[in-house]
Amino acid sequence: MRPFEYERATSSEQAATRVAEAGAFIAGGTNLVDLMKHQIETPTRLVDISRLPLATIDDEEDGGLRIGAQVTNTALASDPRVRTRYPVLSAALLSGATQQLRNKASTGGNFLQRTRCTYFYDTARSCNKRKPGSGCDALHGLNRNHAILGASDHCIATHPSDMSVAMVALGATLELLAPDGSTRVLAAEDLHRLPGDTPNLEHHLAPGELITHVRLPPPPPGRHVYRKARDRSSYAFALVSVAVILDVEAGAVKSVRVALGGVAAKPWRATRVEQALQGGPTTPAAFASAARAELADAQGRGHNDFKIPLAERLLTSALMEAAGLEDGPQSAREGGAR
Amino acid sequence: MKPGGPLGRSTTRVDGPLKVSGRAPYTADHRIHKTDEERPFYAWIVEAKVGKGRIVHLDVEAAAAAEGVVRVISHRDAPPQKAYGQPEDADRFSASHALLVDREVRYHGQPVAIVVATTLEAARGAAPLVDVRYETEDGRFVAKGDESEELLVEPDELDGGQEPDVCRGDFDEAMRASDVKVDAIYTTPGQISGAMEPHATLATWDGDTLTVRTSIQIVASAVTALANTFQLDEGKVRVLSPYIGGGFGSKLGIHSDAVLASIATLVLKHPVLLVQTRRNVFSNGPHRSNAHQRLRLGAKSDGTLLAVGHESVMPMAKGYEFAEPVAAGARATYRCDALRTVHRVVKVDMPPIDSMRAPGEAIGSLALEGAMDELAVGLGMDPLALRLKNLAEVEPQSGKPFASYDLRRCLEEGAAKFGWSERPAPKQQEGRWWKGWGMASCTRVNMLMEAEARIRLDAEGKATAELDMTDIGTGTYTILTQIVAEELGLPMRDVTVVLGDSNLPKTAGSGGSFGSASAGGALKDACRVMGERLREIAETHGDSALRDQAGDLRVEGGRVHRGGASMSFADVVGLTGGSLETLGHIAPGEDQEKFAQYAYGAHFVELAVDGSSGEVRLKRALGAFSFGRVLNPLTARSQLIGAMTYGIGGALTEGLELDPRYGAFMNRDFAEYHLAVNRDIPPLEVLMLGEPDEKCGKLGSKGIGELGLCGIGGAIANAVFHATGVRVRDFPITPDRVLAGLPPLG
Repeated sequence: MRPFEYERATSSEQAATRVAEAGAFIAGGTNLVDLMKHQIETPTRLVDISRLPLATIDDEEDGGLRIGAQVTNTALASDPRVRTRYPVLSAALLSGATQQLRNKASTGGNFLQRTRCTYFYDTARSCNKRKPGSGCDALHGLNRNHAILGASDHCIATHPSDMSVAMVALGATLELLAPDGSTRVLAAEDLHRLPGDTPNLEHHLAPGELITHVRLPPPPPGRHVYRKARDRSSYAFALVSVAVILDVEAGAVKSVRVALGGVAAKPWRATRVEQALQGGPTTPAAFASAARAELADAQGRGHNDFKIPLAERLLTSALMEAAGLEDGPQSAREGGAR
Repeated sequence: MKPGGPLGRSTTRVDGPLKVSGRAPYTADHRIHKTDEERPFYAWIVEAKVGKGRIVHLDVEAAAAAEGVVRVISHRDAPPQKAYGQPEDADRFSASHALLVDREVRYHGQPVAIVVATTLEAARGAAPLVDVRYETEDGRFVAKGDESEELLVEPDELDGGQEPDVCRGDFDEAMRASDVKVDAIYTTPGQISGAMEPHATLATWDGDTLTVRTSIQIVASAVTALANTFQLDEGKVRVLSPYIGGGFGSKLGIHSDAVLASIATLVLKHPVLLVQTRRNVFSNGPHRSNAHQRLRLGAKSDGTLLAVGHESVMPMAKGYEFAEPVAAGARATYRCDALRTVHRVVKVDMPPIDSMRAPGEAIGSLALEGAMDELAVGLGMDPLALRLKNLAEVEPQSGKPFASYDLRRCLEEGAAKFGWSERPAPKQQEGRWWKGWGMASCTRVNMLMEAEARIRLDAEGKATAELDMTDIGTGTYTILTQIVAEELGLPMRDVTVVLGDSNLPKTAGSGGSFGSASAGGALKDACRVMGERLREIAETHGDSALRDQAGDLRVEGGRVHRGGASMSFADVVGLTGGSLETLGHIAPGEDQEKFAQYAYGAHFVELAVDGSSGEVRLKRALGAFSFGRVLNPLTARSQLIGAMTYGIGGALTEGLELDPRYGAFMNRDFAEYHLAVNRDIPPLEVLMLGEPDEKCGKLGSKGIGELGLCGIGGAIANAVFHATGVRVRDFPITPDRVLAGLPPLG
């Protein structure tokens, strides 16, 4: 870690201004502190936004929720409104990290956590994301955890968040505050960038721009399912995760929203699945076919080739569960740990 | 042992209150300074970023100039050291561990410099400022089993002294004559011990004596290693290790922290603390290497085993002689006339490869028990019945009788308790979950090592046991307290146990599950001698109240009795005007020569496999074990469920990820190196079935620190097969490896 200035933000506006000058926001610090210890990030100033009055979850007139960016992952996951009306979000949050980390991690910070690519974290290795132009050691290296969709030869890292996957499936939007005091709204789905030839640029926030709130629209109708395949049953990032919200009427799909995690540099909205299923039958074959369509352009890099069939299967299975065609969590408990 | 006495009773840890209140001084917790000026400096390792090569440029100026930095030490200014691995006749725990001696880089992560500063933050912050450039050479970092003959080296011996090759009968002919055969390759990954406390050292040089507080399993060889490294008289090196936060083999010998902290204190003449980071530990502590294992089994159609073949190829770190006895289980578990067990190593440019909990059986039994399951499937036989049919009556290779043999009992009673006879048909599905049951035998060699221990009775009649034994978290303090309380008839509160100091009588320390039988046996002997001494004084001393009593003298309940009269220990000690000290000793003897000694077990597991993802979730596991006398059921159970947990992690989640281009481990933290977490571990049931076995030592106990993990990985893989029909032979059993064989969905 390099020496840095630390200051507590007095207001969102002031925080945005101070970070725009130089530095970084710090909220829970569950990712940034590690990155600073390894000198992967070396901000000269930290502006602590964890005490800003942004830690409430408020009901919206339209039936949605407005979530302060400083609401912890634990508080968000355990909020009764979230648990009952947005169960896909609660499940996604609880599948991430550990209780200790969730107690510290903030809603805004969760969106902006950085990849877990081990080459990114090791300054002895080449990484275009960490050091543009230095090369990508993952491309022909250990890439079991890496992207199969939307990657480039410059970077095949994934975004590690579970929460963001559910947020994208739910159609969440972000309220942003710029250093000049102006505000704008950005769809969660449009927050992250694909790597292209600038994998160091990970999102569409301007310097100093602060996520102040996350808005959830009224709960989309239908059954919510979040499934996460991982190498151990807790405290492991997703190999592949799936968020599904499926509404069925008279045996046909009335509405469906699907997002994938662990497959790309961003939470991956599965639009091909949504289009293929809309209005169609809720059969395993239809689900499997839609899943194949979504993964049609997927590209494995060797160790992560398995993610393509895994994503197809997990998608198919989650859709079946949402359609009531197979046992869900109850059977999962039966099968051992959740 | 007396019924109802302290030994054999479930007893909570005597050091528990200290540990849970944070007052047990682990290495980094020692406060040896009285003033701020004496506060130790902090050292930070600068690791080599290439796997093999040499330093061609080293500029430490910027780091040395950073605020708080005291000195950057490299090969340019480290003190002279005996060449690495010398003297020739020293074993790997005692030989020189020289570091910072030249420009050569022998493995990725090797220390090339240390930054010493007044604070940890200053040392860490400045470390990246050390500018090192390398000329790289092609290194060999992996052994995959497909190496050409000239690269495959026969090691001089295997860990524990076993022969690399043990063969008998005509193996090829026996295989030909077999009705059912298995020929399969099993692979296990590199692993790291994952002790919660990383390797750490606080070193002090007072101009005469090097005092090293370090986290170590064997104190005596650490003294020798440091004396060898720095060419000091052994009397000028003191090693202290009172509390150790886990070892699992990774702290048998000293590692970089001990050498580097010593270098720094020798240079700076000031105490220096070096706590390895979690990342450091992966290459500055030892690891278990990957293994490529070929299993060949042949049987008659009635299930009689005719041939057992177990051949392994593993890497061996250059300059660090250690070869894991992978086929140890194959040599000892089942009766068969034709055996072929072969161990080869490939010399690699890697950090030390060494023992990790149950070296040999941990990864070897897993493969053997998997192959036995394959054989049972081929025979159409229940896997339990196959094992029961082929149990060895004497040690197959030596023909020696077993000191005691309980594998049959473990298998039968474990099966009964688990309900094995109710095992469902294979490939049963419930919802998207496939259900499976699996089992495995478990054997682990039992060892006794030479040890000494001292007991002292003070003027109040209270006892202090002193020995250089270590407690690596297993409960040694507690067991030893129980032994003294039992033997002298004292309440446990009147017994103090002092460990982990090289000034105390020598033991073999903690390792190979030999700790309690060896150190405990020596301490029991010291108590015996103390009893003799007390009786002698009571009988002969002119002022003894028992001198003129009639009858035999006996020591009981903390007093010396004769006839109807008795004296307290304090009174007897008082006769001598000071305190009493006696020394005890134990060494392997005739029984170790005449009898083959093993501890036994059987594992039974039930699990479910997610048919959509290939994820494996254990539902329950039962281990039935036999290991002689149970000294403390509470700590014994902890050892067994801890080892089962360790084995579950080894089977399902753990594995080092090595980038073969650089010789670098890439998953160097606990987020990416997947130790099993609580949620991976189902309810664990443990049966302790053994009877005291006096042939195994004075306590009648066998070692249990490693037993519980031997074979459990095989039981898990076998249950995955039973559930899904997918035979995973490459560990760990991650979802992708199961998924590959599952039928399509939808």
